[in-house]
Amino acid sequence: MRSLIAPLWQQPMVMVLLLLSVFGVGMIYSAGVLEVPSSVTEGLWIRQTVFLGVSVVGLLIVSRIPLRWFEWIAVPAYVLGVGVLGVTLVAGTGTGTAEGISSFLSIAGFRFQPAEAAKISTALALAALLASREEPPRYLRDLLTPAAVVGLPLVLVLLQPDLGTALAFVGIFFAVIFWAGTPWPLILFAASPGLGLILAFSLRVWAVYIVLLAIGLYLYRFRLYMVESVAVILGNVAAGAVAQPLWNSLAEYQRNRLLVFLDPSLDPRNAGWQLVQSKVAVGSGGIFGKGFTAGTQKRLAFLPEQHTDFIFSVVGEEFGFIGTSVVLALFGYLFFRMIMMAEAARRSFAGLFIFGILGVWLTHVFINAGMTIGVVPVTGIPLPFISYGGSFLLMSWMAAAVVVALASDDS
Amino acid sequence: MTPRNPQQIRVLAVRARVGVIALLGVLVAVLFRAQVLRSSDWLLQSQSNRLRALTIPAPRGVIRDRAGRVFADNVPGYSVSIIPDRPDSMISTLHRMREHLELDDGRFEELSAQARSGPVRPLLVSVDAPFAAVAALQERRSRFPRLLIETRPKRRYPAGRVGAHVIGYVGEINETEVEAREGEGAEPGWIVGRSGIEAQYEPTLQGRPGIRYVEVDAEGRIVGSFAGVRRVTEEPGTDLELNLDLDLMEWIDHIFPEGMNGSVVMLEVETGAVLALYSAPAFDPNVFAGVVERSEWNRLVQDPESPLYHRAVMGSYPPGSPWKLATAAIALDLGVVTPSERMPVACRGSFVFGNRSYACWRPEGHGSLDLAGAIQHSCNVYFYQLGVRIGLARLLEVGNRMGFGEPCGIDLPNEAGGTFPEGVEFWERVYSYRAREGEALNLAIGQGPNDQTPLKMAQFILAIARDGSAPAPSLLRSTKAGANNPSWSLDIPQEHLEQIREGMRRVTGEGGTAYLSSLEHFDLLGKTGTAQSGGGRPSHAWFTAIAGPWGEAPEIVVIALVEFGESGSGVAAPLAAKAADYYLRGRHGIPRDTIQTLGEYFRAGRNTAWARRPER
Repeated sequence: MRSLIAPLWQQPMVMVLLLLSVFGVGMIYSAGVLEVPSSVTEGLWIRQTVFLGVSVVGLLIVSRIPLRWFEWIAVPAYVLGVGVLGVTLVAGTGTGTAEGISSFLSIAGFRFQPAEAAKISTALALAALLASREEPPRYLRDLLTPAAVVGLPLVLVLLQPDLGTALAFVGIFFAVIFWAGTPWPLILFAASPGLGLILAFSLRVWAVYIVLLAIGLYLYRFRLYMVESVAVILGNVAAGAVAQPLWNSLAEYQRNRLLVFLDPSLDPRNAGWQLVQSKVAVGSGGIFGKGFTAGTQKRLAFLPEQHTDFIFSVVGEEFGFIGTSVVLALFGYLFFRMIMMAEAARRSFAGLFIFGILGVWLTHVFINAGMTIGVVPVTGIPLPFISYGGSFLLMSWMAAAVVVALASDDS
Repeated sequence: MTPRNPQQIRVLAVRARVGVIALLGVLVAVLFRAQVLRSSDWLLQSQSNRLRALTIPAPRGVIRDRAGRVFADNVPGYSVSIIPDRPDSMISTLHRMREHLELDDGRFEELSAQARSGPVRPLLVSVDAPFAAVAALQERRSRFPRLLIETRPKRRYPAGRVGAHVIGYVGEINETEVEAREGEGAEPGWIVGRSGIEAQYEPTLQGRPGIRYVEVDAEGRIVGSFAGVRRVTEEPGTDLELNLDLDLMEWIDHIFPEGMNGSVVMLEVETGAVLALYSAPAFDPNVFAGVVERSEWNRLVQDPESPLYHRAVMGSYPPGSPWKLATAAIALDLGVVTPSERMPVACRGSFVFGNRSYACWRPEGHGSLDLAGAIQHSCNVYFYQLGVRIGLARLLEVGNRMGFGEPCGIDLPNEAGGTFPEGVEFWERVYSYRAREGEALNLAIGQGPNDQTPLKMAQFILAIARDGSAPAPSLLRSTKAGANNPSWSLDIPQEHLEQIREGMRRVTGEGGTAYLSSLEHFDLLGKTGTAQSGGGRPSHAWFTAIAGPWGEAPEIVVIALVEFGESGSGVAAPLAAKAADYYLRGRHGIPRDTIQTLGEYFRAGRNTAWARRPER
């Protein structure tokens, strides 16, 4: 038994995760303490604790699997993951507040989100692909296959439609190609159509952006094929052209979420209400917070989704700036540890995978914490290790287990 | 495996750390601003002042008749709510309120349950509180700290009972409906259409409520509107203009036989527009305008005369003799008879078919008749033979094409479809025996398994008055082209239709059964009916008529049905005739009068020479 648990103590990363998860259970407990009894949030912390136990046991097992095994299963796991995502689109169901989204699959009474597992398998496949190359990507065409590997599951998730989870896949892509040594101008060019899509809402801004992009491409002309420069420009023009139709195809609640980010009074009944209430909760927490379970906004059930997407608002209200900075500092420490592990890894496969998971978590933390204070639009994306959600917690821990397994490889 | 240069890996790791610090740094900086620098602003809002969203109800659209007279509008009413608090304190406030505001036990339990579920929005105690109660509560504000009194539009029906069935009434939305209409912003306290036009055009009439934000202090008193979040202006519902003529409906209500039940339907021939749709007995829809008192509701539901029942579109009655016109139309459509043709067997009071004898209502018989004569005298023997010629299968086929088993498609909820066999299988399905050819004889005179609503009969007569085609009767006034597209049509030449109308004309001519209901200024073409109601009770009285200026194209169709009225000619015909006269006089600028039918002229001792003029 001692030899089984020992590696846990030796891994600072695992200790941080344990700390975050236990704190998360506490916050879920607090989110259930309301003036108005609600059957939805009461007692969820017990379920979360059970899942945490399962997760720790899972980590002990998975973290012992040799690196070679992961290299072998990377491609089959990826194919399986994409296949299950396809099935989810057809047979999936929504849940709770996300009733309209088909992101869950239930097998034998157990419901899980295939996208969570697909994040791990996609990171594995992308790491395996780039690790097999002789050289870091030097041209845009070197990024085509990696983009396709991430793009396929991303599109399937986007069709559910689950924008938040899709963004996590974007995080995988950029983190992994970054660690593969892709020159930064190339990363910028690869990201440019996404930027063009957003900027296209103002024609004037978009025009300035295209000119700047063209100048950038001109300065970089000796390290890029002509065809690629043209493709970047065309990609941006296409992004600008589809922006309007894409906007029109969004559901009203999605558009409202994007718009209230700019002006909360636009949809005061739903999305705007969430943002205003969340800001009041976080802001009123002050430096030290109102104390564990004592948040007034939360107690009167003003906070929406306070045990899942808006758990960070409860942290802010009850533990104040001290609480939010400590949580962010813990995440910062976790990310630094992961960068260190990637640096120390003997095989590039390990480092690339660790960066893939780093990309997922960084995206989740930035978007989730950012939306509670109006830095980014409200997107349904949970805070890893802290938000309520059994299968999400388990899959985050499994990702951590693979990270530990690959980092401790000394072959 | 790519052999990686340690130097390059170090550079990448440094960049990655810088990136992580930058992203998390942005979050910490924003949190610092919100939680440390500006915290006092937010704290003020969360502790001493709490933000509340209050709904501004949108007034429902006004419903008017064709001349702009108001069927339904809004007047200011007062609603009483409690701003959310701890459940037990809300319930004790409710208790104290009962001293001033009538709250029956059921309503009280309902509200307590809502309070226990922890509402975010104010708990609506009464959508329409009497002024005295509002004043009493207002005076004792200190006892009711979280009291919220708002004016909100309240439905009013100036036409009262006259439009009760067709306009319908409103009521407070229930929980299931709130869930179903969440997308429209529905919430408890919404007033929604419950029947009639109010229900049919609910989304149009509803409008969109607005929202205003208020700050309440620790005691729950409203201290002012919330700066920083705009109010959302309410959008009133859309007004509706109907084809109905309110004056005409009031006249019908006035002349409807005292103490009797039934209905009157009037349609415009050209468009199928519904000019009048009246059902007796009626009720006062104003009692539904707010929250209905349980006792009042029970009284209406348990009333043996069923005043809530819309007889004109939901009541099904055996059609009796007026359905002989349908038999005639079916025969002409199929071409199995010509109007001038006489039937082989002259009427001697009965007709033998198979091994059974079928009686005519006149034991002495009618002799040999053509179509118009058979309609005039309502001769059963003629129509028995027509039924035999058509045959059961074809009679059912064309009858179904004319929609006798289906609703007409009027713009009202819950229109009934009546009863009409869908085919010969009907007898096996319902009565468990094979249909005999003799069924056609019963159906041909409007008996057998055949029940129709007054509206359905009106739509059928409309086809006789037009060119054999019938549009769906419509209540909403519409200028859209094609609004009166026929829902079905028959293939009958105009001169043959004229023969049916000729038969109807003779009914109100000298010697006709409804002669005493003929009118001085207008053509009235009718068909009386006295349909057996079964159960040994008196028969139902029908009169189906077409009317218009003398010798000109028909302008209206009018149907009167009086339940257990016994005599089509004595009870239903004068009712229909007086309604038609009232409307047509208005339409043609002839001064109105209460003495209208020939019978009334006789009794009033007026000159009746017009009734014997040769051109009639």
